[in-house]
Amino acid sequence: MDAKIPAGPLAEKWASYKAHAKLVNPANRKKMDIIVVGTGLAGASCAASLAEMGYQVKSFCFQDTPRRAHSVAAQGGVNACKNYRNDGDSIYRMFYDTIKGGDFRAREANVYRLAECSQQLIDQAVAQGVPFAREYGGYLNNRSFGGVQVSRTFYARGQTGQQLLLGAYQALMRQEAAGKVQLFTRHEMLDLVLIDGKAKGIITRDLQTGAIERHGAHVVVLATGGYGKMYYLSTLAMGCNASAIWRAHKKGACMASPSWVQFHPTSLPQSGEHQSKLTLMSESLRNDGRIWVPAKQADERAPNDIPEAERDYYLERRYPSFGNLAPRDIASRAAKERIDAGFGAGVMKNAVYLDFSKAISEQGQNKIAEKYGNLFTMYQRITGINAYRQPMLISPSAHFSMGGLWVDYELMTTIPGLFALGEANFADHGANRLGANSLLQASVDGYFIAPYTIPNYLAGELQGGKTDTDHPAFEAAEKAVRQQLQQFLQSKGQLPADHFHKTLGKILYDYCGLSRNRAGLEKAIREIKALKEQFYHELCITGNERINTELEKAGRVADYFEMGELLCHDALTREESCGAHFREEHQTPEGEALRDDENFCFVSVWEWNKGEPVLHKEELVFENVKLSVRSYK
Amino acid sequence: MKLTLHIWRQEQGASTGAMHTYALTDIPEDMSFLEMLDLLNEQLMKQGERVIEFDSDCREGICGQCGMMINGRAHGPLKHTTTCQLYMRSFKDGDTIYAEPFRAAAFPVVCDLKIDRSAFDRIIGAGGYVSVSTGQAPEANSIPYAHETAEAAFDAAACIGCGACVATCKNSSAALFTGAKITHMALLPQGQTETAARTQKMVAQMHKEHFGHCTNTEACEVECPQQISVLHIARMNYEYNKASLLHK
Ligand SMILES: Cc1cc2nc3c(=O)[nH]c(=O)nc-3n(C[C@H](O)[C@H](O)[C@H](O)COP(=O)(O)OP(=O)(O)OC[C@H]3O[C@@H](n4cnc5c(N)ncnc54)[C@H](O)[C@@H]3O)c2cc1C
Ligand code: FES
Repeated sequence: MDAKIPAGPLAEKWASYKAHAKLVNPANRKKMDIIVVGTGLAGASCAASLAEMGYQVKSFCFQDTPRRAHSVAAQGGVNACKNYRNDGDSIYRMFYDTIKGGDFRAREANVYRLAECSQQLIDQAVAQGVPFAREYGGYLNNRSFGGVQVSRTFYARGQTGQQLLLGAYQALMRQEAAGKVQLFTRHEMLDLVLIDGKAKGIITRDLQTGAIERHGAHVVVLATGGYGKMYYLSTLAMGCNASAIWRAHKKGACMASPSWVQFHPTSLPQSGEHQSKLTLMSESLRNDGRIWVPAKQADERAPNDIPEAERDYYLERRYPSFGNLAPRDIASRAAKERIDAGFGAGVMKNAVYLDFSKAISEQGQNKIAEKYGNLFTMYQRITGINAYRQPMLISPSAHFSMGGLWVDYELMTTIPGLFALGEANFADHGANRLGANSLLQASVDGYFIAPYTIPNYLAGELQGGKTDTDHPAFEAAEKAVRQQLQQFLQSKGQLPADHFHKTLGKILYDYCGLSRNRAGLEKAIREIKALKEQFYHELCITGNERINTELEKAGRVADYFEMGELLCHDALTREESCGAHFREEHQTPEGEALRDDENFCFVSVWEWNKGEPVLHKEELVFENVKLSVRSYK
Repeated sequence: MKLTLHIWRQEQGASTGAMHTYALTDIPEDMSFLEMLDLLNEQLMKQGERVIEFDSDCREGICGQCGMMINGRAHGPLKHTTTCQLYMRSFKDGDTIYAEPFRAAAFPVVCDLKIDRSAFDRIIGAGGYVSVSTGQAPEANSIPYAHETAEAAFDAAACIGCGACVATCKNSSAALFTGAKITHMALLPQGQTETAARTQKMVAQMHKEHFGHCTNTEACEVECPQQISVLHIARMNYEYNKASLLHK
């Protein structure tokens, strides 16, 4: 796989790309149509920026307004190496932290560019009116996040994602009002259309009327977010899905390392079968909260009755230099290890404690309330527990997808004219994403990268004229979409789509979750195949082809089966442990991950072949860092 | 617990709707209100009936997609809580619950409990932004502003756009929504330049969308999941009057 990385020293690659990228003259930009699917940070920033440049943009989302994309839910913050704290931060250090955090499975050039553009993003957001936290003197404040030893995280109380997204959304609405962006809310992309091997449009379903529509363009951008909802119980929103990227995959876009899914260490534990999601408690809580479990198995005492000496602060014990701020994969796995060994807390014994008593006694309750007030309120609403008095119960939950559509340095997939931005792509996070790096990546992709790389592609497409949606390729794609919907509607079974989704989620948690092994993954593949069979026979759908939530769900679950199988296959073929991917067969005697740089220093890039995936490799070349064992001890 | 539910069913915007009655048993109190509706929908499907359409996405109180009138109150019995953050422990065995869509001329019903809130998007499009394009931003720390200003701007900017303020208002006014955005921008040095024009355009759009006038009942602040203060409405009126006097 050729990632088209510009030649030259690492620090000059992006500048050199920008200097040589082809441009489209302003008169021609008006004639070029761009479809952007997704209005999260990646999609909204890309659509707004391209519209500002003069392109005609069509913007799609499945929610009722662009402002609800799941970026809105990010709490903790966004990283940038401004070095405002004078604590030794720099582009190189941020680059290194991210490469190391990703367990040396990301592309150097992309990660460097991410760190480089991070500084600009803060400028951009502040200019839009994002009310980041400030010190009393009026300058921007920072906090620290897992996996690093500097303070480079910018935040807006516990609602950083919301504030960043509103900035991008407002920029988008400004362009909509100016007639440069056409908005299609409550629209779901159901297929990608290729003409002569290039991405030329999409088929959508209007979720309000049921109308199937064709949209043509010169370029299609997918910024459709992560697929963690595949695990059913996750920190994602109900509508998050893999359908857009999966259907593009089936049209020829390769999928990279899909099994690299991050489990967030601090979400609320499951409390019953009816549960529809696991709410995240921001990782920033680990700045002041200490994580522990009872030192004795199956301890029935209330947490406050367990004396200090009988508590096991296992992160501080195992990783003394990072302690409670150990990176996510490590913190999640350590929690699972304790829970599986019988030390879990809570009614279902499926959780660990996150304790603020020390921070409250040192800083006072008011200070803690100012930092995390909304999280404590949310916790109390859901569980009925006051976390100022009693530790929170937390446990790991499916959260972020490092894997996604493979993209080159230009964020273009293996289909010419199809770009993937934000969480939907595989790019910068390697096998594990550092906290507060993904709001950054989504924004940087949309504001600062796509506005160079998309015109570079479009400059070669000036001859083509408008895309004709009467082309047989559109006809065929529309027909296939209609057929699938009809098939679902005619299904006369007794089991709702949610039943299948929950069952799939359980299989994935058990066998392709925080830790994996060969036998388990093989079993998972068999079980997913059987479940998929059952789905097509026993699915129950009521209602008609108009507005119909169940019909939406069925399509998403159908894609999850296929992609779930690929996840397991990907995990099975990677005979090493790296980042979020922990193969039990590959660990040190102390239970730490054992990476295999000799044989697996590559990204697995999968090509669709009717369920028999074909592996391509993108070899990762490290010229600027030395591969080392990722130690946080 | 056992519950009797009366839920608004309406095929589509143009059709007439009516309340329908459903019974549920064995509802645990740690279930969320929306999970209770999920369960009801499962039962309806088993009987071959069309499911009750309602909106939700994040289910953690931040996206603003959920929202319905529950026993006559926007988002249900708790103050400052979205529908998705309402848990069944707020109800008791044997309760009767009424669920209806948010009602306002500017929020037409789409189907059952789903409504169209795109009027809010158009209010933002009319001026709820700083006119800065990508690439124009100066260095972030070049314009310091006080900690208190940032916090106050955040309080206003925290709005999730759910529409509870409109639904609870006897005039179906969008003054809290619009006022909050105007205040957010007016407080910050980055947004101040455009305050007068922004206020006039956003207020004009608000009226065009058939939202009612604010008569200072202040019910909106009670329901608002983000506790947005009605003082922002006063601020909007102040900015509006100032703009009308100085900028016509
Ligand atoms: C609870 C939570 C907390 C987080 N906290 C942080 C944090 O503190 N810091 C950090 O850096 N990162 C955080 N993250 C990660 C980060 O928020 C996301 O990775 C990032 O916001 C993704 O942005 P995006 O634009 O790629 O996708 P999203 O914001 O998810 O947007 C996806 C868009 O695609 C649209 N879409 C999807 N499928 C379709 C389809 N088929 N048809 C049409 N439209 C479609 C949706 O409507 C939506 O508009 C958090 C994530 C979660 C879930
Ligand atoms: S579903 Fe997002 S706020 Fe309720």
